[in-house]
Amino acid sequence: MRFDTSPAPHVIAGYSVPRVMFQVLLALVPVAIAHIVLLGPGLLLQLAVACVTALLAEAIALRWRGRDAAPALKDGSVLVTACLLALSLTPLLPWWLTALGTALAVLLGKHVFGGLGQNPFNPAMVGYAILLVSFPLEMTRWPVPLDVPDTHSWTELARMTFAGFYGAASDARWDAYTGATALDAIRTGLDLRYTLPEILGRDDVMGPLGARGFAWINLAALAGGLYLLARRLVRWHIPVAVLAGLLVPACIAHALDPGGSLSATTHALAGATMLAAFFIATDPVSAATSDRGRLWYGAGIGLLAWIIRTWGGYPDGFAFAVLLMNLAVPFIDRYTVPRIHGRPR
Amino acid sequence: MAARTRFPAGIALESHKRADWVLPVRHLPLPSRVMLSLDPGTGAAAEPVVSVGDVVARGAVVGRASSPFSANVHASIAGTVIAVEERESATPGGVSLCVIIARTEAETVAPLQRPAPDVSALDAAQLQQALRDAGFAGLGGAGFPTATKLDAARGRSVHTLLLNGAECEPWISCDDALMQTAADDVIVGAGVLRHACGATACIVAIEDDKPAAIAAVTSAIERARDPAMTLAIVPAVYPRGAERQLITAVTGVETPSGGLPVDAGIVCQNVATAAAVARWARHGEPLLSRIVTVTGSGVASPCNVHAPLGTPLAELVTAAGGYQGTPLRLIAGGNMTGLALPSDEVGLGKATNCVFVATGADLAPRLDAFEHPCIRCGDCADVCPAGLLPQQLHRAALADEHGTLRDLGVFDCIDCGLCDYVCPSQIPLAHRFRLARGRLRETDAAARKAEAARERHELRKRRLRDEAAEQQRAFEAVRGQALAADGRASATRGDADNDTAGKAGGITGSGPPGVTH
Repeated sequence: MRFDTSPAPHVIAGYSVPRVMFQVLLALVPVAIAHIVLLGPGLLLQLAVACVTALLAEAIALRWRGRDAAPALKDGSVLVTACLLALSLTPLLPWWLTALGTALAVLLGKHVFGGLGQNPFNPAMVGYAILLVSFPLEMTRWPVPLDVPDTHSWTELARMTFAGFYGAASDARWDAYTGATALDAIRTGLDLRYTLPEILGRDDVMGPLGARGFAWINLAALAGGLYLLARRLVRWHIPVAVLAGLLVPACIAHALDPGGSLSATTHALAGATMLAAFFIATDPVSAATSDRGRLWYGAGIGLLAWIIRTWGGYPDGFAFAVLLMNLAVPFIDRYTVPRIHGRPR
Repeated sequence: MAARTRFPAGIALESHKRADWVLPVRHLPLPSRVMLSLDPGTGAAAEPVVSVGDVVARGAVVGRASSPFSANVHASIAGTVIAVEERESATPGGVSLCVIIARTEAETVAPLQRPAPDVSALDAAQLQQALRDAGFAGLGGAGFPTATKLDAARGRSVHTLLLNGAECEPWISCDDALMQTAADDVIVGAGVLRHACGATACIVAIEDDKPAAIAAVTSAIERARDPAMTLAIVPAVYPRGAERQLITAVTGVETPSGGLPVDAGIVCQNVATAAAVARWARHGEPLLSRIVTVTGSGVASPCNVHAPLGTPLAELVTAAGGYQGTPLRLIAGGNMTGLALPSDEVGLGKATNCVFVATGADLAPRLDAFEHPCIRCGDCADVCPAGLLPQQLHRAALADEHGTLRDLGVFDCIDCGLCDYVCPSQIPLAHRFRLARGRLRETDAAARKAEAARERHELRKRRLRDEAAEQQRAFEAVRGQALAADGRASATRGDADNDTAGKAGGITGSGPPGVTH
């Protein structure tokens, strides 16, 4: 009898990239639900626009590169990029900005480097950062959580995201519907020489749900992140290091200056903290390789985010923190190669 | 001793070791012919010392070890040599020089009875030579000549003989069966091997999923009343039974990268090798047979078989009830590191611990898998028992960056296959590293060859220069004599030949004609 002679090993566990990506999408469900409940169904529009654009951009890029598009479209990685970007955007963002950001994320963030596995930067954060520096006004118009029923109606949403951006009459609407996020309000308040207790006492900053609703979004992201940890799709090193890098300096600064520095709890539950710690910084392609390297990488992201939140020009700093640490990955990898069994300590 | 710090994890794989068929060990009627590979599994074949038509007795030498990496090969049945040829074999190369013997004796025979060697009268070197003559090679799977491994202990302070009964690879249970049926042989063989390498202590290591073997070895140790013999139970985690990983798991000592276990004071041998050595010590029988597991979803009745070396694998499958279902792959060894063979017309090798007949159910889902790009998830690094970064190695292997491959430890890879096992992109990492090692060895060999050629060229240049100088000296000497003779002549004839002396002086600087540098 004759047999085929494939090389060992002859059995594999059967993990697959599409399965990993699907699990990540599943873990994003809680944060998406919290987002929709607090900020209205605008997220669904953003998700739809981002996913369609991402798939189109991926297909076009693969065609330009002369590759077979079908397996790459099915692996789900581009949908993860699209969903992470959509979750980072305000639900009221004009649709064409969402489409632009997603297309740039896929093309400039991923395919110019050679596609999946080759990109040095987190693609979603490339798209986000380009939008933030190019369209700061649109990018920071967040709806007031639970406060304005109109932002929860589909017709109003459609008018704002698909048509309402144009024309003078819409300006008044925008002002009515949107407001600064908690981090933004705190930054402005501190700049105007208010003290923290004064700012945090205001309803429009913290609100009844803490950090203007973002506390709940962060807790939902934390729940999804814990699911990823439990399924071992993400290992603990990066999330723990990101949170430590952010919260340790926050604790120290708050202890030294309670009137001028946010507490660790506020930092942990405001802005993009949990989404960044568990879903964005953990993108393995653009993260450091070894466990030790991932601790340095995560701590760097947390620390940079704290620095940007405290002294930088933007209210939240995770996108830039992640991109900066992406730059440092080759350096980190070079100095954190684990000791090989049997080599000198 | 170094402290036990980071011990790479490995994985507790599904063992597929069903206790209900480990025993009894089936004995085959003698095969009608045997195909004896002269390569023990190291790639170094023994020199054949028989030719077609020779009649050989059972136990006669048919291949003689020609290097430290080969071992003597003996006729495992009495018969006539019908071929000495290169053919498919269960060795890493896939092909090796084989001696094929057709049986002429009866179907069953008694154990070979020869005068037993007086082991206690031999010193370590003599004992090693005797084991070399008896054809011993590691029965655990690598087939490394036993004597060479013992010889490496010379001049180093070896304190411990580690007997490997871990048998960590899924599906395989031949060592389990052996320890249950011949635990006393293991202990006796351990004594001989200890004597041959100078170790004072001996540890038998068994994985905790083999309670029957543990009980058998425990009582054998008690019967032996030897305080230097101990049992170590290690967790059933693949690949804890790999030599370097087992040494660390049992003693906490790491074998230096690029070094040998003897550098850590340890000699590691398989329990089956020890039992075979005991049989040799008892009645002089060289290595003629072994226990092999015949298993997989593709055989009707999985079992352990005691068979003469060289038995065609097809006959072993028949002993296990024959093929069933759709056998897709015939593997010599287990499903993680075994070698897929092209045909079942291959002889049982010294290192063949398992014949694994795999159907689609055993192989799924690799058969139709699509290779995705590496997403650097690092799962491979998480499970690597050598502490490597397979994802970085893979990048270096694709780019064929030789320096990076060495730095990242491509030669520290023990080829366990776990990185492939966990890879979500289903990249054949272990195979790519195997190919990379092959390329690196080729480059090294080419570099050595170039260096040898350069040295040869330098030596030749020096020789030519020396020869030229020698010729020059000879010429000078002759010329000196001639001038002296001329001087005497001119002294008698007057100054008539002054012109000739001047011409001779002109030649001196250019050396003898015909010699160029």
